[in-house]
Amino acid sequence: MNVEHASARLIDGYARGDTNLVADEVWALEAHLEGCRVCRDRLSAAVMTEAPAVAALTEAVWSELEPELAAATPAAARRRRSPLSRLSAWATPAMAPWLAMVLAVTLLALLLDLTELGSGRVSLMLLLAPVLPVGGVAASWSRDLDPAYELTASTPRAGLQLVLRRTAAVLAVVIPTLLAGGWATGVTAAQWLLPCLAFTSMTLALGGVIGVTRAAVALLVAWTALVVVPTLATSRTAVALQTDGLPVWGLILALGVAVVIARRGAYTVLGAHR
Amino acid sequence: MTPAVSRADIAPTAYAWEIQATGLKVRVGRNRMAVDGLDLSLGTGVHGLLGPNGAGKTSLIRALATVLRPAGGELELLGESTGGLGEHRALRRRIGYLPQEFGYYKRFTVREFVEYMAWLKEVPASDIPAAVQRAVDRVGLADRADDRMKTLSGGMVRRVGIAQAIVNDPAILLLDEPTVGLDPAQRLRFRELLQELGTDTCVVVSTHLVEDVAAACTDVVLFAEGRLVFQGTPDELAAAGGPEHVGDSPLERGYSALLIDPARTRGAW
Repeated sequence: MNVEHASARLIDGYARGDTNLVADEVWALEAHLEGCRVCRDRLSAAVMTEAPAVAALTEAVWSELEPELAAATPAAARRRRSPLSRLSAWATPAMAPWLAMVLAVTLLALLLDLTELGSGRVSLMLLLAPVLPVGGVAASWSRDLDPAYELTASTPRAGLQLVLRRTAAVLAVVIPTLLAGGWATGVTAAQWLLPCLAFTSMTLALGGVIGVTRAAVALLVAWTALVVVPTLATSRTAVALQTDGLPVWGLILALGVAVVIARRGAYTVLGAHR
Repeated sequence: MTPAVSRADIAPTAYAWEIQATGLKVRVGRNRMAVDGLDLSLGTGVHGLLGPNGAGKTSLIRALATVLRPAGGELELLGESTGGLGEHRALRRRIGYLPQEFGYYKRFTVREFVEYMAWLKEVPASDIPAAVQRAVDRVGLADRADDRMKTLSGGMVRRVGIAQAIVNDPAILLLDEPTVGLDPAQRLRFRELLQELGTDTCVVVSTHLVEDVAAACTDVVLFAEGRLVFQGTPDELAAAGGPEHVGDSPLERGYSALLIDPARTRGAW
């Protein structure tokens, strides 16, 4: 490709800062210089010969700058985000308490089930399974556990996205724990998985209205009063936890998810952190 | 060659004021109006929000940060209405907010915390390390960037709060009592930073220290019992007070002249 280069007259004149160059010539020359390395080299050579004053000034600036540049510490190497802030993208940074709580409660229920200290025919694991994630979800949105709740609520990610990420993190801890517990006690996942998910979605759906912590407390109380106490009293697995109840749990889950999506803006205000 | 400025940077703005409130009402609790029929227009510059305790400053700033929804009236930020239950993601990316109670995670280092906030504010992942370094630099914490937050003094924690607020280069910067816990030298440095930010950002600083306003603000908004009492330059505020009013400086005398008129005073404080 034969590229036309700028004439020596133009380049020398430009280097001298001549006033007899017409504006459109200067414009065309500058546009060309931006894209043409050869002409930039010619220009820098021309500055040396045609405008020694400019060359001397640049030299002087460099000679003064160089010692300072040598003394300056180089910028830190481009670093990756730290593991802690990566993990925080999923779980709330205030996750230690609920993590400990979930594991402790599961372990306790497991021990009682295995040592037959519990009510015998009813598995405590099964009774506790639906409400285990509720605590975790509540902790993710708790004003008392999360010191930066107000900051978090004010950010663009605070809506549905953060709700889903944090809930996924809670379930990622709870479900494997329950699977392991169920394997040890012989409770099948089919019995508790749907109630577990349904309770999670209900906590979030209700939480958008009255605050997630309050919703969690309300659901825990309701579950204890309606299912746990009668079950322990009668030693019979409640209707709610028999396989016949699964379609109902599925319906509740769908309803909860629909409400969460429809009201996703509710998680971006302080009200959700009650 | 990538252009140095994007089209979005040089596009003309479609709004007259960064913050425009008309008849704004913000409810706190069941039936108390913390902000009650406020008309306010704020453009680029540093606006000092002054007022006695309980005047509703924090509620107003929370409404501006879109974490409280207006109970009535209209609030437009950067030309976007903040009513309804939307998520306002695009708007929130351009807001920086330092709450009055700045909560943080003790186990995080300064850099990790500001990184986490930058991520929450949807700063593009490739820009996060540079943006974090710049924000930490601007508040003078570059040498402590890799220290854990629990090792910092109160003033330093406050500066981390300011760093996280400016990490996304906001167009609206909301600072609720930012000078609490800063020593006099840091306060001077902070005022310089405010003036620097105020050249191209709409900065709203809530404070109860009149001298902060005098030094750093281009505009004073005096606010009492949920209503606007006065809006003008610090000089105009000073001019409102005469020698008969209480206060040690012209600004304080202006403040008491506008605020403590007998009809409004309730109780000794």
